[in-house]
Amino acid sequence: MAEVFVLVEHRRGEIRDITFEMLSGCRDVAKSLDASVTAVLLGKNVDNFVEQLKSWADKILVVEDDKLENFNAEAYQKVLSHLIKERNPVLTLIGHTSFGMDLAPALAAELGIPLATDCIGFEVKDGALIAIRQMYGGKVNARFSFKKSPYMATIRSAAFKAEELGLSAEVEKVPSPLTEEVTTKRFLEYVEAVVGEVDITQAERIVAIGRGVGDYSDEKVRSMIEELANELGAVIACSRPIVDKGWLPKDRQVGTSGKTVKPKLYLALGISGAFQHVAGMSASETIVAVNKDPKAPIFTVADYGIVDDLFKVVPALTEKIREIKGGS
Amino acid sequence: MKIVVCVKHVPDTAEADVVITPDKKGIKKEGLAFGINEWDEYALEEAILTKEKYGGEVVAITIGGKDSEDTLRRCLAKGADRAVRVEDPALEGSDAYALAKALGAVIKKEMPDYDIIFTGTQAGDDGFAQVGQTLAETLGIPHAALVTKVEIQDGKAKIHRELEGGLEEVLEIQLPAVLAVQTGINEPRYVSIMGIRKAKKKELKVLNLSDVGLSPDEVGEKGSLLKLEELYVPPVEKMAEILTGAPEETAARLASILDEKGLIPK
Ligand SMILES: Cc1cc2nc3c(=O)[nH]c(=O)nc-3n(C[C@H](O)[C@H](O)[C@H](O)COP(=O)(O)OP(=O)(O)OC[C@H]3O[C@@H](n4cnc5c(N)ncnc54)[C@H](O)[C@@H]3O)c2cc1C
Ligand SMILES: Nc1ncnc2c1ncn2[C@@H]1O[C@H](COP(=O)(O)O)[C@@H](O)[C@H]1O
Repeated sequence: MAEVFVLVEHRRGEIRDITFEMLSGCRDVAKSLDASVTAVLLGKNVDNFVEQLKSWADKILVVEDDKLENFNAEAYQKVLSHLIKERNPVLTLIGHTSFGMDLAPALAAELGIPLATDCIGFEVKDGALIAIRQMYGGKVNARFSFKKSPYMATIRSAAFKAEELGLSAEVEKVPSPLTEEVTTKRFLEYVEAVVGEVDITQAERIVAIGRGVGDYSDEKVRSMIEELANELGAVIACSRPIVDKGWLPKDRQVGTSGKTVKPKLYLALGISGAFQHVAGMSASETIVAVNKDPKAPIFTVADYGIVDDLFKVVPALTEKIREIKGGS
Repeated sequence: MKIVVCVKHVPDTAEADVVITPDKKGIKKEGLAFGINEWDEYALEEAILTKEKYGGEVVAITIGGKDSEDTLRRCLAKGADRAVRVEDPALEGSDAYALAKALGAVIKKEMPDYDIIFTGTQAGDDGFAQVGQTLAETLGIPHAALVTKVEIQDGKAKIHRELEGGLEEVLEIQLPAVLAVQTGINEPRYVSIMGIRKAKKKELKVLNLSDVGLSPDEVGEKGSLLKLEELYVPPVEKMAEILTGAPEETAARLASILDEKGLIPK
């Protein structure tokens, strides 16, 4: 029977969510391709992971090697290209994460396998795979076909739900094909996120600013935002470009490479709603977006939206909140 | 140091109305502002910083039409020494794999003794996050994606890669290598008047496929492994309740909604 490979992503002793999302999300496409699902687990001392994965796949393929202790794209690539050549899975899925972005493109190129990155869904048409992915910052969806099989794809985080499968996987251990140390790339250490004075993950109300606020080093812009935040008793957080510019510290960034927040109120000002941002705030209780572009993807996650210039809306909103507070 | 930087000229679609063309293979370009891909602006800065620190030469490379010379001129004005643009009708329909092959061919022709190749982690238009790493594989050299710090030490580089949630990993990578940089790695400089003046005297070379030793079959749809079938408007599963009216009205409405929900501290 054909196989779909799902590469297990783990870091510092934990299997990452994307793994379960892929294992659960690929059942339909695997069925359409007449394939069973194999979780491919590379690492050192992974018995604990094997236990956790048993109910999520038809089979678990395990390669243990000291050289696979930490993720190293070069070492992973060697092992995976060996496994793929040997077993010829019809489809290999890898997370579109920092790990997968580093690994998948070179692996696919080495094997000459077509790769669709950052996929959010699949269709099978006349036995052939079609990948669905987004372009232009999420404003357009695209269907891509593959020139030939086998296929490879990386999967966007949270594109699929991880739903318990209740399977009992057969476990197969494969000897490591790594004969020597990988010398081109060497893992040295992890650097933890800096801990700042404000913990946005604990905030009940967040005013989040994006590129739409323009120059946040401008005193006028800053005080306009701060006044609103003060009236709301909110903490100011932001999207990535604001941190990249150095206008707010990294610990204020919401999103995949920043923090995940779940406040009672998330007020997004001039944020387009790229999935990397949305991943960090979609669980907020009430989401409000102010954006002058009616097609901004943020409006599809928000509960309330105002399509207008934030420089007009924010001062007016601050004023109205003051009135309400003054009146009570 | 011999330094290559790959840059792409892309439309800014964050605030624009994106309209799919009738053949469903592209978007209407009229009315869109084009410029250097955000990630490549950081890659370019890293290339120039590297040159300023260790000496050497920076060549900026793009595959694209005549309009992408704007982006190359920006590179020259900021400090790249020369620029190369590759254009050929056969490149039409190239996927990331074919583009990487083409970039590899240009690099082998224009700077075969490269020490380091900078790319962006992803292009804002197609969002593949694939070309740089694929390029490394076609050249047979190591790579790292999402690079947020680079320190060069003879023949090697100590780099930081961004992981999720603010975590980073530190690696040592052998040079030559492709480093696909992440935004925020540095503070891109502004273009100066002086820079623009100097750029006028710098070389901007235009090549076609045969100049870089590729046959038409190796790129375009034939040389690609992935094919764009169609673009479509994303289905909207959920949509915010849009408050309408003048700013005073929408603000008042929003304030009272927040008040009803108990979200205004008293
Ligand atoms: C690996 C990786 C990790 C990433 N991690 C993160 C992350 O953790 N967090 C994150 O946020 N991003 C992250 N990003 C970046 C992400 O892809 C987007 O580029 C980013 O979120 C865009 O930020 P933005 O919405 O502020 O800017 P833009 O996308 O430029 O949007 C600006 C918005 O402001 C609106 N606007 C402009 N002027 C006004 C005005 N006067 N009034 C009202 N609206 C206005 C525009 O219509 C537009 O919608 C990551 C990217 C990568 C590749
Ligand atoms: N047409 C191109 N010309 C030059 N460089 C490119 C081109 N397309 C992609 N790149 C490089 O590859 C990086 C990643 O792009 P992508 O894989 O398309 O998301 C970009 O940041 C550029 O550095």
